[in-house]
Amino acid sequence: MTLKIGVPSKGRLMEKTFEWFGARGVEMRRDGAEREYSATVDGADGVQVVLLSAGEIPQELSAGRIHLGVTGSDLVREKLADWEEQVADLAPLGFGFADLIIAVPAFWVDVDTLDDLDAAATAFRAAHGHRLRIATKYHRLVREFLREQGVADYQLVDSQGATEGTVKNLTAEAIADITSSGETLRANHLKILSDGLIHRSEATLFAARAADWTGTAAATLSALAARLDIVLPEALERLPRATDAA
Amino acid sequence: MRAADRAEAERLFARFRAAGAVPVDADILLPADTLLDLYGEDIRARTYVTTDPLEGEMMLRPDFTVPVVQMHMAHGAEPARYTYMGEVFRRQDHRGPRAREYLQVGYEVFARENPEAADAEVFALFAEVLAPLRLRAATGDIGILLAAIRGLSTSDRRKAALLRHVWRPRRFRALLDRFGGRTPVAEPRARLLSALAVTPVDDLIAAAGPVIGLREPDEVAARATALLQDADTLPLSAAEVDLLEDLLNLRDSAPNALGHLRDVAVDLPSIAPTVDRFARRLEALSAHGIDVATLDFEASHGRTTMEYYDGFVFSFHAEGRAGLPPVASGGRYDALTRVLGQGRSIPAVGGVIRPGLVAALTEGRA
Repeated sequence: MTLKIGVPSKGRLMEKTFEWFGARGVEMRRDGAEREYSATVDGADGVQVVLLSAGEIPQELSAGRIHLGVTGSDLVREKLADWEEQVADLAPLGFGFADLIIAVPAFWVDVDTLDDLDAAATAFRAAHGHRLRIATKYHRLVREFLREQGVADYQLVDSQGATEGTVKNLTAEAIADITSSGETLRANHLKILSDGLIHRSEATLFAARAADWTGTAAATLSALAARLDIVLPEALERLPRATDAA
Repeated sequence: MRAADRAEAERLFARFRAAGAVPVDADILLPADTLLDLYGEDIRARTYVTTDPLEGEMMLRPDFTVPVVQMHMAHGAEPARYTYMGEVFRRQDHRGPRAREYLQVGYEVFARENPEAADAEVFALFAEVLAPLRLRAATGDIGILLAAIRGLSTSDRRKAALLRHVWRPRRFRALLDRFGGRTPVAEPRARLLSALAVTPVDDLIAAAGPVIGLREPDEVAARATALLQDADTLPLSAAEVDLLEDLLNLRDSAPNALGHLRDVAVDLPSIAPTVDRFARRLEALSAHGIDVATLDFEASHGRTTMEYYDGFVFSFHAEGRAGLPPVASGGRYDALTRVLGQGRSIPAVGGVIRPGLVAALTEGRA
């Protein structure tokens, strides 16, 4: 049985992933024309590369349609409930760094921490009749973070792109988004809360617990892991669901 | 959903009707607005949200309290007793045994007169119905905590912040440490305060960046000014912080807890009326045949559940089954009727039983 690795299908993430595997003796390259989504592997027997959108790799891992996958740790945490029970974190790859942060307008001199945001949100709700809106596409991560931190009186509004512009466009009062240099935030007159770091994301190699690890897949993985110099977790199988027993 | 669960629900529903409650029903699809407004964004993580092409966002009923209160506020006569039976739906973001859908049977009392008698009536009825299961009952009173906070010798703004976060123990702790002077002023705050001391707030705002978004510069200025005033507020005395912490940690039999609270009330007189209410409630419970000498009282009981209880709270648990959710729970929610009543309000107390758990425990399945 072939061991399938899901790899981001374009851009720097794909190039960096190919470089990371290449540096460890596993050569990946795209086949044929520039636009063709298929790739070949040399240096690892029984391994097949599947080119996928980075955003779809978490679901493919969850469903077990691929054995391994490279994607951002933020996407796995956002898209998979109880992600550690669905995938195993095999290795951070040292690229694709980005921080998921909360940012507010720079002219809010009274707001620098979550504590301030919470207080400002309460006053905002009283003055405007609705909760302070935070635009994001990371609903799960942001909600869990703010619940954990005890921030109330906010609401999340969905923003799938150009999130930094939502405040100026009056569709949100604050944002929660990925940033690497902070330049886009500054250009849009936003500042990061000093304790508003929700997650430090990095491209990561994950293994799917739901994949078929019977037959040769497990042996192929062991050989690949030795090649890549990574330590495998003791058990890769899906953890038993509590509901299975009932 | 098992037939045995539904049969148990029918039995409880009949029992509550026999106690004088009027049966009521509620839609399964509820408008999301009201629930979001009441519980905040967190409710999304606990409910199934769906979209109706015409009505917008809807939620699968997470409990009956909100629709029943709305129905009563719209056209209920007083006093009123209601009972209901049906499924509730709770989204589960984590693996585990927690049910996504289960039956609830509830009993709610809306009455202006003698609230302690109504508290006792609900608790005693639940205790009687659940007696064969030999559950452990726990009680508490959020009203005492709220009264204690209102009585602290600090600014109204600080009291409001503590009151708002009673239900979020972590933030409450942080606030208490800060107001008590136990944590130093955060560095960015200190920087802002020293800047405000020498520069007019409007100049600071103008220098920080262009105005964007709905939050106006005068709102920013107002809060910055409030922060300056807050910086001059004297810290809560260590004695008061200790009193509050002592109160939060109070766990004892009801009579011992009452004695202890009477002592606390000497130093914190703001809680005296709520302690009197607690005493009257114990008398009312005794009159219903409840053995209050062995009844557990935990001042923080109900602090981490949904934030609408503001007085008496109770729950019934299967002893030694920490993993099992409460078989029954309830409490007083006067403030909720004020929020949903658009200017009107009525004291209300009630609770729910999970017939599925009753059936499972009865059959020895759980």
